[in-house]
Amino acid sequence: MRLLFGSFFTLLIAAALGLGATWFTLTRGVAFGSLTVGAWTAWPKTGSVDIDPYARASIARSGELPTGVGDGITFYAHTDDTGQNFDGRCTFVISGMTPAARYWTVTLYDPEGRLVANTIDRHGFTSDEILRDNDGRFSIAVAPLARPGNWLPTGGIEQFVLVWRLYDTPIGVATRTTKEGPMPAIVRKGCS
Amino acid sequence: MIRALMWLLAAILLGGVVHLSTVLALPQAAKQDAYSRLVPLTPVNTMAPLPAPTPDKAIMPFMDPAFATAVCRYDLTGGSLKLIAPVSQAYTSVTFYTRNSVAYYAINDRAAGRRSIELDLMTPAQHAQLPEEEDVTAADRLIIESPGASGLVVVRALAPEPGLMAAARGALARATCSIQPVQ
Repeated sequence: MRLLFGSFFTLLIAAALGLGATWFTLTRGVAFGSLTVGAWTAWPKTGSVDIDPYARASIARSGELPTGVGDGITFYAHTDDTGQNFDGRCTFVISGMTPAARYWTVTLYDPEGRLVANTIDRHGFTSDEILRDNDGRFSIAVAPLARPGNWLPTGGIEQFVLVWRLYDTPIGVATRTTKEGPMPAIVRKGCS
Repeated sequence: MIRALMWLLAAILLGGVVHLSTVLALPQAAKQDAYSRLVPLTPVNTMAPLPAPTPDKAIMPFMDPAFATAVCRYDLTGGSLKLIAPVSQAYTSVTFYTRNSVAYYAINDRAAGRRSIELDLMTPAQHAQLPEEEDVTAADRLIIESPGASGLVVVRALAPEPGLMAAARGALARATCSIQPVQ
């Protein structure tokens, strides 16, 4: 009787623990070999055959196709530089440097990876269309209401994700230091 | 007490096994992965343009809206695949994915270094069967080995500004993929 109870208890705990851990790692996006610069994080190996089992499972579940290492690299940001979560009702300013790349794009998504509806039908910028000052620097206002200059509308959604993609870039699996890959700063400028 | 702790330890170990096996099994069991999503939209061994992602509808999450995309869903059981992608004005890349969305090879227009990207995709067995003299001339032609018989070739062309999207789509419309039957 004790044996039966013990094994039943063990199996129950094992199933709960195992499935719980799987669910947790997949929804949180656990993957190894990340490259973090400021608020931005990339997983260069996810775009190669060296992809780890967690990233593999996570991609199979979400249905996305990762950027291949010969194509470019994808950085994700969920927070500003101080670690505060992105809120579509607030204004965030992205500015600064980008790593060497032939082209880059920045795109705003909801946490599930869908584009966000807005009045001007803008979902991001490419390195060619962004407005720059005389020194070649740029700043992007990620805000719910219209802004002069580079305005990336949030649509007022509760949470959003910014994705920075570099195409034809030396940044990749071999990149270790943040010196090689200076990513733009993200600063919160108050909420409406 | 000790007995209970032993049971708990066994539970934790078994839980670890459950966790690892579910993570490893998930790619095979996934019904909504990129390949499955593309099956109803893309004929096999034919280049098919994908509709641009919109807030209401996107085939896959996290698609880059600045790019025009075309997909060749391939099946190499009938022979190797010949892929030709004309280079667009700005930036064009070709990425090869396995059936389980692993990007095993990617090349961009600069690395390809021509006006069009031309590739032969074959299984390791088909590559091994190539006549030797053909392999010599193959220095001029890029041969990619696919780990499995099926997968996806995704061609992406950048529109650096929205007005150039039509041109990027036009360049992709000329991209082709076709099976070369075994002689």
